[in-house]
Amino acid sequence: MAHSAPKRINIKHWLIQGTFLVVVVGLVVSFTVIARDNLLSQGIATGFGFLERSTGWPINFALIEVSDRSSYARMLTAGLLNTVVVGLLGLFFATILGVVLALARISSNAVLNLIGTVYVEVFRNVPLILQAFFWYAVMTHLPRPREAISLGGLGYISNRGIMLPGLDFGLWDVVLLAAGLALLWGILRRLSLQGKLRPDLFWPSLLGVGFVLFLVLLLTGRTPDTALVSIPELKGLRFAGGFAIKPEFSALLIAITVFGAAYVGEIFRGGFLSVDVGKTEAAMALGLSPWQVNRLVRIPLAIRAVLPALSNQYIWLMKATTIGIAIGFPDYFMIVSTSINQSGQTMELLGLLMAGFLLINLSIGTVMNVINKRLAIKGREAD
Amino acid sequence: MAMITDTPAAPPVQLGALRWIRRRMFATWFDGLITLLFGIGVAWALWQVLDWALVDTVLEAESGAACREVSGACWAVINARGRLILFGLYPYEEHWRSALACLAIILVAVCSCIPWFWKMSRLAILWVLGFSTFLALMYGGFLGLEVVTTEKWGGLSLTVLLFASALVFGMPLAICLALLRRSKLPVIRKVVGLFIDTIRSLPLLTLLFAAAVVVPFVVPDWAQGDKLMRVIIAFTIFFSAYQAEIIRAGLQAIPEGQEEAGAALGLHYFGVVFLILLPQAFRNALPATINQVVITFKETSIVTIIGFFEIMASANAAIGRGDWSGQFIEVYVFVGAIYFAFAFGLSRYGAYLEQRAKRADR
Repeated sequence: MAHSAPKRINIKHWLIQGTFLVVVVGLVVSFTVIARDNLLSQGIATGFGFLERSTGWPINFALIEVSDRSSYARMLTAGLLNTVVVGLLGLFFATILGVVLALARISSNAVLNLIGTVYVEVFRNVPLILQAFFWYAVMTHLPRPREAISLGGLGYISNRGIMLPGLDFGLWDVVLLAAGLALLWGILRRLSLQGKLRPDLFWPSLLGVGFVLFLVLLLTGRTPDTALVSIPELKGLRFAGGFAIKPEFSALLIAITVFGAAYVGEIFRGGFLSVDVGKTEAAMALGLSPWQVNRLVRIPLAIRAVLPALSNQYIWLMKATTIGIAIGFPDYFMIVSTSINQSGQTMELLGLLMAGFLLINLSIGTVMNVINKRLAIKGREAD
Repeated sequence: MAMITDTPAAPPVQLGALRWIRRRMFATWFDGLITLLFGIGVAWALWQVLDWALVDTVLEAESGAACREVSGACWAVINARGRLILFGLYPYEEHWRSALACLAIILVAVCSCIPWFWKMSRLAILWVLGFSTFLALMYGGFLGLEVVTTEKWGGLSLTVLLFASALVFGMPLAICLALLRRSKLPVIRKVVGLFIDTIRSLPLLTLLFAAAVVVPFVVPDWAQGDKLMRVIIAFTIFFSAYQAEIIRAGLQAIPEGQEEAGAALGLHYFGVVFLILLPQAFRNALPATINQVVITFKETSIVTIIGFFEIMASANAAIGRGDWSGQFIEVYVFVGAIYFAFAFGLSRYGAYLEQRAKRADR
């Protein structure tokens, strides 16, 4: 605060604050009372007991098994999982595309500049929801299953979605694999820092051991009577077997990636421009190739500069996934709003909705903070 | 994101066209390869787009059936459904009112971009005039104009109304919130801080949903207003929570001495705030503010989801029924171009303002 006012009890200040607090508390209490009255008059019991009841309506996309007999709690979990997965995948692809765009925009090549600039201006200035509608329309105007575009007989693209060969690999296998890879990464990193592993063997050994782990999980976690790899086949009017990516999912993912990349690209461009020219020139003078200059000097320095802005952007994109409801993607918001319609537990579900997004925002914030800290410490060591 | 560089940029070097091409496109053999490869790609893509948009197109047709006979774009859909897209469900004979109302707001918005109007009193008069013209034309009920209730408002005028009201009502609210969050009184500071952070952590859609669906539950009947008004209020609150943080950042960048000097000159609190702090804060916060304004304009499209018939929803309606459903690309390109024109125009204006502020600094 700008003023360092003398510390004495100022009656006027306390009066103002007291009145303010009374008004705020009064408003909140009156909202709650009216809401309770309204709910009671409709015969809806307050509390979280409804979470155990079964929903009675299905959703068209979920990563865990749900049906119309699933409980509200399970349905909400499925929705939260959908939001997280489509959001994280979107952030991942948007970041990669964004870095490429940023490199194109700052390169000395005029044609690459032009491509980058046109991309950013076009996709940043058109609303995300319009882009989602567009990609959804594209997806649903693809050929019917009978005339599906074949991907060498292994997969098909049709208006029912993208069918790919599926592995007998459940959600838990994915979680185990991810945990295993993270653990392995930590061990190998420590070994290479201690000098017990040659740095150029780091990635090969990570990928090698990871692949073995993948095979083990695939073979041990088998569901009886299912093929190891199932290839989609046209049966009547629909496809059977394989792994289906629904049009709602792919449309939302493409929209978030394409839209997000324009923003992420601009953030990275700012980061690249903030990298001292002297450092890149020094790297070039040391005889590094342009690619090495990018990989070893420019990108690491730029990442440090952009992290705060990037984490804001990530949180923002994560929240933007809620527009998926417009094209029928059952994300957390859609499940919550359907639940409100069906069960009438408005206040409880709104609380859960806020809690869900708070959780997502906090997690992203925490992860970005950890990355920020690690990079900062590394920077100090390098000095 | 404004990049601040300490060293002044090198004076632009005048290159001849040939030397420019050489330096920017064919500096090395690899550069040349990239230029050729991507150049051909760009040319091909441009050719495809022009071919689709201009060659073998249908400009007028009774129904979508005619569109299936051509390979190019079927702009007939814009001809046939354009008025639905632009005016939504507004009664057909009264479309001129919607168009005039929309024009009034746009005119007022353009006027407030001109520095001559940058005075509290002038801006206030301008916007009161603009909004009353808009509401009078849209609602009607005088001089024999038919009354059109808000449920029938739609298309571009609704988009423009949402955007303009979020900005005009949200900006003063944002200033209040920013100042309250810097208050010396801890209770006020913390409550306002909690309010701003909560709004910012929620997706806009949930706020709009709460305004449309939940507010009737928690507010007594007499205070509910109509749905459009509640959504405008929610939108305003959303904008002001973000803008408040932007203004606060702008305020924080001002050296403390400024405020103290103002107080030493005997200025009252409001004198210090309005004459010394806010003008500087707005200049500091200009790039972020413009960014937020552009984002707010695009986010108006989200009200589609809660059942308003603004331009995004009317575009979907135009292809949703009847036999035009195959022409979704044309319709989305048309609406996308409208959004682009507004958003791009706003961000160009922002760039101009930044240049102007830089010149003033020198």
